[in-house]
Amino acid sequence: MSAPSAVAARPWRRVPGRPPRRRVVFVTVGCLLAALAVGVVGLAAGSSSLTAGDAVRTLLGGGSPGEHLIVVGLRLPRVLGALLVGTALGLAGALTQTFARNPLATPDIIGVTSGASLGAVMAIVLAGGTYQVAAGTLSLGMPAAAAVGALLTALVVYGLAWRGGIDSFRIILIGIGATATLSGVTSYLVARAQITEAANAAQWLVGSLSGMSWSSVRPLLVVVLLVTPVALAQSRDLEVSQLGDDVTSGLGVAVQRHRLLVLGCAVLLTAAAVSASGPVEFVAFLAPQVAQRLAATARPPLLASAFVGALVVAGADAASRTVLPGQLPVGIVTAVVGAPYLIWLLTRLKERETVS
Amino acid sequence: MTTTQAHARTTAPTALAVHDVTLAYDSATVFEGLSVSVAEGEVTTLVGANGSGKSTLLRAFGRLLTPRAGSVSLRGRPLRELRTREVARQLAILPQKPVTPAATTVRDLVSRGRHPHQSLLRPWSAADAEAVDAALAATRLTDIADRDAAALSGGQLQRAWIALVLAQQAPVVLLDEPTTFLDLAHQVDLLRLVRAVNAERGTTVVMVLHDLTLAARYSDRLVVLGEGRVVADGRPWDVLTPETLRSAFGLDALVVPDPASGTPLVVPLDAEHPAPSR
Repeated sequence: MSAPSAVAARPWRRVPGRPPRRRVVFVTVGCLLAALAVGVVGLAAGSSSLTAGDAVRTLLGGGSPGEHLIVVGLRLPRVLGALLVGTALGLAGALTQTFARNPLATPDIIGVTSGASLGAVMAIVLAGGTYQVAAGTLSLGMPAAAAVGALLTALVVYGLAWRGGIDSFRIILIGIGATATLSGVTSYLVARAQITEAANAAQWLVGSLSGMSWSSVRPLLVVVLLVTPVALAQSRDLEVSQLGDDVTSGLGVAVQRHRLLVLGCAVLLTAAAVSASGPVEFVAFLAPQVAQRLAATARPPLLASAFVGALVVAGADAASRTVLPGQLPVGIVTAVVGAPYLIWLLTRLKERETVS
Repeated sequence: MTTTQAHARTTAPTALAVHDVTLAYDSATVFEGLSVSVAEGEVTTLVGANGSGKSTLLRAFGRLLTPRAGSVSLRGRPLRELRTREVARQLAILPQKPVTPAATTVRDLVSRGRHPHQSLLRPWSAADAEAVDAALAATRLTDIADRDAAALSGGQLQRAWIALVLAQQAPVVLLDEPTTFLDLAHQVDLLRLVRAVNAERGTTVVMVLHDLTLAARYSDRLVVLGEGRVVADGRPWDVLTPETLRSAFGLDALVVPDPASGTPLVVPLDAEHPAPSR
């Protein structure tokens, strides 16, 4: 029996449960380092001239009180927020795309984002002046309303899709229906709102990091830290679930429980991200696909997707504050990058891959 | 245990049994009060007309379909009391339409059969590698183990799925129409592989087949299903009678000895092709 030793000599082969291939590890670590580097650039970037070295020195406890205020007090929550929003959306996207065996299946299609949007816009429009979003004073009420909207929508969609179990195709169709309905209501609310409220709502709806503060970063950080290990623990079952429901059950995976865990993780991550920043377009779709191509795997690698997401959002935010004119909201930057990528991917995909 | 068996001709213990089960989909009830048991170490084949519930019964054996009433037992233990992972170590099932993943090599695909033996804390062991290599060798896929599974021919792909089931190393294996979409040579090839596995490992095999002659040649026992019940159950020669074929399939047929194997060979008759008068 020389075969086992032949396998042991190539321990990086991508097989469920075996140590991940070198390339996946390399891509994951590389994306993490790149995201952190962009974060440091983001700390230095802005109207007052600081170098990246200054930013790092200040972070580590050096620097003048003025620098400390700018870097730690003002920019750190925004940069950390960008990294966490990207991480959450990238991981959530990897989970739903793998779950549905379809690269077009982002968390948005379960209706989470449109639910969050409706919640936030309701808070802005119906509660009138109570919830101020202008001038960066993002109150706690709006993110909470967005989170409630996201989670309620996910629950309703899950409930409607239930027929003695959840089928990925059915939940996507119902999610698309829910998204259309909720977007309609949101548009109606914006249309009949006062002009200042409508402006606030519009700003929120494109996804912006300008209102990011420690109070909005903290819940997001907690959700990311708690949910990520649960999601990663589903990785082995996700691998097997690519073979269809019957084979998955036959291999001893409790399919419905696994599905609920994967969807639950995706919903929580998306709800937390969208509540903090508004819907940042295309990250959940783009990041897993980029990570999958970089790592050359059969499905999006979970952690690498998360770090690519962090890199994309932090990069878009840093770019919008430095090279791009007029402080574009981050959601617009990611949409401008993401939409052409989506079109390119659709024209390139073989039919077999789009029809799951 | 053997006393409960309808076919009291074997002393082998029962590997799988359904007791008085009701099997149904949303509104359509397929079986009511059905009891069937499968002896350990035998190749048992479920046959019957389209819609007679062959796959339904196989899915109930494989806990893919939960009975509305009654119970299923695996090697003497009620299926519902076993954890699904525990079941997966004792029973492997190849369903009708498995999804072949993109960008996955044959070896990677077969390796997934080791899933029930692994956990987060015990990810991949030499035993896993050995089982995968043995499964690849048994299905003659070793030479193309590094090829993309999606690029295989129909016969090779079906062997790869069988290899995944073999890698699971379960003492009971269920195969739902494993020969569908294969030409006759590949059907024979696959069924010989099934027999070889049964002979070498003592694996209990339950499968669904459409071809009665092949079923008779490669099975120890046939269970004929029809109209929500077991029409006949036993050795091929006892079961494949013209009467049974008429009641289960609505088919007029001659049953003659297969000149190659001596097992029953079903020759269908119709108005243009009546039985030769002797």
